[in-house]
Amino acid sequence: MNGRILNMEEETMRKYWKFGALMAVIVGSLVWLGTAGVADSQTYYKTISELFQMGGAAQSRHVRVGGDVKADSIVRANGIVKFTLTQDKLTLNVAYEGRDPLPDTFKDGAQALADGRLGPDGVFHASEIQAKCASKYASKPGEAPASIQKQAAEKTPAYGS
Amino acid sequence: MENIGALALLLAFCISLYAIVSSVVGRLKNKPFLTLSAERAVLAVWVLVTTASGILVYSLMTGDYRMAYVASHSNRDMSAFYKFAAWWGGQEGSLLFWGFLLSTYAAIAVLTTRKNHRNLLPWVIAILSTIQTFFLLLNNFVVSPFQVLAQDKIVFAATDGNGLNPLLQYWAMVIHPPFLYLGYVGFAVPFAFAMSALIGRAPGESWIYLTRRWTLITWLFQSTGVMLGSAWAYHVLGWGGYWMWDPVENASLLPWLGGTAFLHSVMMQEKKGMMKVWNMVLISATFFLCIFGTFLTRSGIVSSVHAFAESPIGKYFVAFLALGIASVIWLILDRLPFLKSEAELESVVSRESSFLFNNLVLLASCFAVLWGTLFPIISEKFSAEKISLDAVWFNRLMVPIGLFLLLLTGVGPLFAWRRTSIASLRKNFQWPGIGSLVVAVALLAGGMRYPYSIISLSLCFFVAATIILEFFRGANAINEKSQHGFIPAVIELTHRNTRRYGGYLVHMGIVLMFIGYSGHPFNASAVGDVDKGDVMKVGNYTLKVADLTEGDTANYQWETAKLEVSKNGEMIGTLEPTRRFYKATQQATAEIALRTRLNEDLYINYAARDGNKATLQAYVFPLVTWIWVGSVVLIFGTLVALVPAKVSRSYTRTEIVSTTKKEAAAVTAEADAR
Repeated sequence: MNGRILNMEEETMRKYWKFGALMAVIVGSLVWLGTAGVADSQTYYKTISELFQMGGAAQSRHVRVGGDVKADSIVRANGIVKFTLTQDKLTLNVAYEGRDPLPDTFKDGAQALADGRLGPDGVFHASEIQAKCASKYASKPGEAPASIQKQAAEKTPAYGS
Repeated sequence: MENIGALALLLAFCISLYAIVSSVVGRLKNKPFLTLSAERAVLAVWVLVTTASGILVYSLMTGDYRMAYVASHSNRDMSAFYKFAAWWGGQEGSLLFWGFLLSTYAAIAVLTTRKNHRNLLPWVIAILSTIQTFFLLLNNFVVSPFQVLAQDKIVFAATDGNGLNPLLQYWAMVIHPPFLYLGYVGFAVPFAFAMSALIGRAPGESWIYLTRRWTLITWLFQSTGVMLGSAWAYHVLGWGGYWMWDPVENASLLPWLGGTAFLHSVMMQEKKGMMKVWNMVLISATFFLCIFGTFLTRSGIVSSVHAFAESPIGKYFVAFLALGIASVIWLILDRLPFLKSEAELESVVSRESSFLFNNLVLLASCFAVLWGTLFPIISEKFSAEKISLDAVWFNRLMVPIGLFLLLLTGVGPLFAWRRTSIASLRKNFQWPGIGSLVVAVALLAGGMRYPYSIISLSLCFFVAATIILEFFRGANAINEKSQHGFIPAVIELTHRNTRRYGGYLVHMGIVLMFIGYSGHPFNASAVGDVDKGDVMKVGNYTLKVADLTEGDTANYQWETAKLEVSKNGEMIGTLEPTRRFYKATQQATAEIALRTRLNEDLYINYAARDGNKATLQAYVFPLVTWIWVGSVVLIFGTLVALVPAKVSRSYTRTEIVSTTKKEAAAVTAEADAR
């Protein structure tokens, strides 16, 4: 009798070991999948000044950098689009070498995000560009969109101030 | 008008607060009048929120451009259909829409359960009203949909509105948010019932029986919503993908994963009395993920292609989530003895165990998606660097998880409860197993070199074979008796146990979707700047540019390329990818040209115009159609599972039944009474 209880206990233990081992394998492999090579999947969000402060690390990492497209800086040649991003007084020369056509919102003065790597030549080689038109659709919640505020501004003289 | 709307919302807020207080006090002090008045308060809130919603919709339809919301999200040129959809097109309106759905659900829950479940109902009302109060708080005091435009304290009307984002002017996108919201909000009800059972220590599993169908309908809405979003991305955005692990997409997937885990593990509690704590955790997690999903899409906390503006509602959501999660954790810990399991796991190769692993993997994937989505925020908090993870990371994790789940889809339902004998394993899996190996070898021999696609397709064969075998065996047995033919026998079989066979159909839908996903590594693409007369090649297709034209309408300008398409040298028709540029919003949309076949899609996007030349992106997407076919099968299967079964089934617990006959009869009678 005693032996049987011991046996059952042993069996229960073995069962829990089996479950535990299986779960450990599953969770372990997921953790491994999630962490191994994670550096290749990471994109660092940087402003232009932060990018310059990164020094040598900037060249080895995938970075998303944001700024305004400097007026009259967009030059298209041989499938590469070159332009300059500005933030306050800092400027960054960008060469877009991606396959996809640039978005329509990408034009002088637009806010743009460039994904890519900083080259040793100091030029930022981007593979992807996102751009946001500065004026339209940039309304804050609770405020009327810029276009409607403009309508309002045009109207106010009629009411006087 | 807008004053009545605002007043209705304010009243609804007050009455909702009253409903919480009166139902709690009524329950604790045992005052039936108070609980009755709480029930009526829920109905009153519905009337008020519906009134407010009606006023907002009326203003949108008639174009009352004095109102900020109408001016921001509607314009004169939009069709009535899209004007109506503008109700959920912006933040204020969509939160009102959330509140409206919640009040509707709450009213239905009260009306359907108040006869028989008076003991559960007060807490259900208290919980639902708390959620309602939160959304009404936002709508009343933070983001009111009834603000009017004013300049220097003088109200004025805008001449025209901004219009709905043209990307959203597409049928699937119009019905996608309501479906997602019906799913998001719907989980509040099972959550409320579960918490009510927990708070009141309600005996038995009545909350599960009560909400079973409810959960399934909610899950159906959610699945449909996710798939509509995916279909929209594929057909409208012009990049040919159906999923890119964008934060907002993830926001819709998270509660779906949680809800799917819950749907499965709740069966364990229903049939075996196991996993009670786990189910409480799952339904709560699913509900909070729904709230979190709303928060993610509505607060702009993680930047995404959906690009909603930053907003002040974020901190309210964080506070609500934090308080809610803390109270649920306390509640579960405090009532752990009440949630004691009635049976133990017996074998690794058993139905119980397959449910357990299904749950583990679904929850792990949920966590992985959550981690990846919030990584920019987490990394900023801990390393002061904002880092995002790309789709490659998500795929590296989620593809193996998906395949493992696919395997479980095949083996789980055929494992016996408690433990599975070798004989039964052989009976159920021998032929599907051999067949799937043959498929894998054939694919390898055929030159396929993508391991994930090979594994996926061979698993698809395996799972499909087990499901078909199940239908075949069951129907054959019926047909032998009745001799009405095989097809009627299949229908009879399904009708006898709609949940089981509907479930198989849902699994079949998942299999078909995985067939679609397996085509992904074989995508072909080409980009070209083409002029009239130029020729472009993609895959086996040759595209000859017959003409480039452009034109103008009141709403938008358009450019079209007329392409003569031939495959392997044979002319198969013309395609006309178009690009529209909407004047009001200064935004471009792609009207892609698509040639859909079951084996592959030819997908052409008119991307841009540069001087005389048009930039075309051409893709070949093998097997993609199976994703949409699978979605339809999944929806159909869920609907089948919702049909009441012909044979009413009462799941008595093996453990209890095996004691004495007399007790077993009593237990069966009790289960029948439910």
